[in-house]
Amino acid sequence: MSASALMSEPGYQLGAIDRQLIKLTQAGLPLVSKPYHELASQVGISPDEVKARFQRMQEFGVIRRIAAVPNHYRLGFRANGMTVWNVPDAEISRLGPKIGALDFVSHCYHRPRHLPDWPYNLFAMVHGHSKQDVQDHISAIADLIGDYNQGCDVLYSTRILKKTGLRLAD
Amino acid sequence: MHAAPAEESTTVLSELERRILNRLQDGMPICDQPYLAVANELGITEQALLDKLQAMLDARILSRFGPMFHAERLGGGLALAAMTVPEETFDQVAEQVNQLPEIAHNYQRNHHLNMWFVIATEQQPDVDTVVERIEQITGLPVYNMPKIEEYYVGLRFNV
Repeated sequence: MSASALMSEPGYQLGAIDRQLIKLTQAGLPLVSKPYHELASQVGISPDEVKARFQRMQEFGVIRRIAAVPNHYRLGFRANGMTVWNVPDAEISRLGPKIGALDFVSHCYHRPRHLPDWPYNLFAMVHGHSKQDVQDHISAIADLIGDYNQGCDVLYSTRILKKTGLRLAD
Repeated sequence: MHAAPAEESTTVLSELERRILNRLQDGMPICDQPYLAVANELGITEQALLDKLQAMLDARILSRFGPMFHAERLGGGLALAAMTVPEETFDQVAEQVNQLPEIAHNYQRNHHLNMWFVIATEQQPDVDTVVERIEQITGLPVYNMPKIEEYYVGLRFNV
């Protein structure tokens, strides 16, 4: 089975109005007292329907939450390492959530190996004020993985080549 | 254009900014006046919260405020992919890869796999097509690394 086939998840069929609401809020939720009323008037539906659609998208996980996304560089988190680990496939579903629960980890995924070149199957983005912080975080993850650690590495970005937001076609 | 990370200076947050940020990383309720609900929790006025959020966005302390979408659940395809690109052709290959609209992010990293990008497509099967297309135009193998399982996604900085 291909790795992408494993990704399928219970779906939520987005309607045209949902897509309109997503497009209108991709840059952010309106900073006004009644943001869902504002969206309602832009789309031409009732505020209750707008709220109900957002609730439903949140229940189905299309929206994770309505939240502030801090710019971690501005907050002093300047060392951002992509840590990668080789752990036994039989243990990964048990280890992954434990690593994801560490407060310095922002993303944690199981991804396919590409042997022999790329033996790592567990990815954890780690954030610190310095590379030394990241090294300390790596030690903490290594402690959690214990004897199942079959190798690890850390990759730092040296240049942003492209960065665009999420986009939806018309 | 985004500034390179190293070019952005570190900000010292006020106590109120810290409280707003810690509270709003967790999520805001969906109701008629959500800012009022959060402002009441924080013991400030709704207008003070709105003004502060706008100021934090303007100062780029926040990169965004709003719904955090789960890209795959929007019905599209998403994958992380990596390539080993020779130094001498790196910029040229970066240009070839970046010109494809499906490339959302692309980073140079300090590893022999030195180019890492995110492919985001309208339909799940299109990811494989984009991978093939990149291999064709660059003549380099692409390692496709779509997620098999997600354990955690979120930025929660206790500031």
